[in-house]
Amino acid sequence: MTTTPAAAAGVPQEAGRVRSMVDLYLTTMRTAVQEQFQYRTANYFYMLGMVAEPVIYLVVWTTIAEEQGGSVQGLTVGYFAAYYIVWTLVRNMNIVFGAPFWEWRIREGDLNRDLLRPVLPLHYDIAYFAGWKVVVIVLWIPLAVGLSLVFEPTLDPRLLEIAVFAVAIWGAYLIRTMFQESLGMLCFWTTRGAAIFDLYMTLELLLSGRLVPMPLMPDWVQTLSWFLPFQWAFFFPIESLVGDLSNAELVRGLGMQLLWILIGLAIFRVAWRHAIKRYSAVGG
Amino acid sequence: MGLLFFKVGVLNELQYRVNFLVSLMQSALALTTGIVVIALVYSHTNELNGWSQPELLCVLGIQILMGGLIKTYIQPNMTRLIEDVRDGKLDFALTKPEDAQLLVSVREVRIWQVVDVVSGLGVLGFGLSRITADVGALDALAFAIALTFGAVLIYCFWLVVATGAFWVVNMWHAVELFDGIYMTGRFPVGIYPGWLRYSVTFLVPIAFAVTVPAEALTSRLEWQTLGLAVAFAIVLFAATRWFWRFGLRRYSGASA
Repeated sequence: MTTTPAAAAGVPQEAGRVRSMVDLYLTTMRTAVQEQFQYRTANYFYMLGMVAEPVIYLVVWTTIAEEQGGSVQGLTVGYFAAYYIVWTLVRNMNIVFGAPFWEWRIREGDLNRDLLRPVLPLHYDIAYFAGWKVVVIVLWIPLAVGLSLVFEPTLDPRLLEIAVFAVAIWGAYLIRTMFQESLGMLCFWTTRGAAIFDLYMTLELLLSGRLVPMPLMPDWVQTLSWFLPFQWAFFFPIESLVGDLSNAELVRGLGMQLLWILIGLAIFRVAWRHAIKRYSAVGG
Repeated sequence: MGLLFFKVGVLNELQYRVNFLVSLMQSALALTTGIVVIALVYSHTNELNGWSQPELLCVLGIQILMGGLIKTYIQPNMTRLIEDVRDGKLDFALTKPEDAQLLVSVREVRIWQVVDVVSGLGVLGFGLSRITADVGALDALAFAIALTFGAVLIYCFWLVVATGAFWVVNMWHAVELFDGIYMTGRFPVGIYPGWLRYSVTFLVPIAFAVTVPAEALTSRLEWQTLGLAVAFAIVLFAATRWFWRFGLRRYSGASA
């Protein structure tokens, strides 16, 4: 079989493209780690402020479970403790370059600089926040130990569950990144995106498992959430470690995550193509 | 003078009418979440630590109402104080011929946050209408006293935190931390384990600001508790004033 010169040249070019992309990701992540470790106190306060929410839910459901002889719908006190402690990590993994920041990026003109770069801002955002997550995970460990000493979680995962969890928290990160970035595209059309973002966040809050483990939700909510991205970015990662999912369920969960990442990416690409045509800078 | 500042602050804010819609929207969404949580709780139980659903709605109403007061008046002034200390702009307040503490406490009014006060009152009214027992005149009086002194306590707490800015430049996180901890007020303080209960009673006086008024309305309040709230408020107010003056001595302005 003969190869055309163009195709032969294309192979190393493609390899070079991948290599420089990997390099971009690693460098950006490294920068993020270094930058964010400087702000470790700020990062910690932010995390501590966030802990109040799961602790409140945990106390409420523990109270109910104890009043009913140790469990609610089969969920025990130890399960609730484990659920809401792992919750704090997943919640942190859910923090991405949020839609409202797009408004700031456009208003402040930072987008002009980003557009001059040879790669999409999306790549930079994914890499930077991924690097930041490394710092967050390190800072989270002492917090988790502290919470575990106070609330005594029941946690007995299999090796496979730990592995799935380790993958699923990054899946969650990517799902949320894709959908937040896509929503952020609205900022190219309106300066009043905040109302839509708030509405979206509330939907997410109700349908993701952030308030309560999904089994406590009414059946129709559980069915509805199954077909929406939110719970795959929140309930599923927690449940993979804390709950008792079968191997099939674990694999299916990861599959759903992949599916939603791809759907989110597709939405972003379409939205981005239209949005960027509308963009024009002023001032400088 | 407080009234004058209030008027100017309100007029200033009225220019930003879209903010009203934003406040309305955020308030509605927060309310929805609060009610959904209560609905979920009571779909699995009839009583939470002795509180029925309408009674817990009263707690939620008071929490939203007090939160509205904090966001309208207390928090904006205190964050401005933190900001001014950092930027060295506090001089402008200090050189005025008025009591500095009073002045820094009334400069800002976020009038649109009053939406929360109204929605809080709505939830409270709804909750009360579904409680079978009547609220007596004495209960209502106790409620008014508890709410007033609860607000004073929250104000004192915030002033202590803001005064901390004389030593620690970066007090910003205090706001986020407070917002998080304030959520504990959505449930009666009795459900929390001891260490947390004491923290949100005496360290951050949320229990006095929300649970105690709610106890008054649901005829649970013991007079000793109300007495403690009043006494604690008076002592803390005096201590706060001393701490504020102590902190002020450290302030040396910047650039200017």
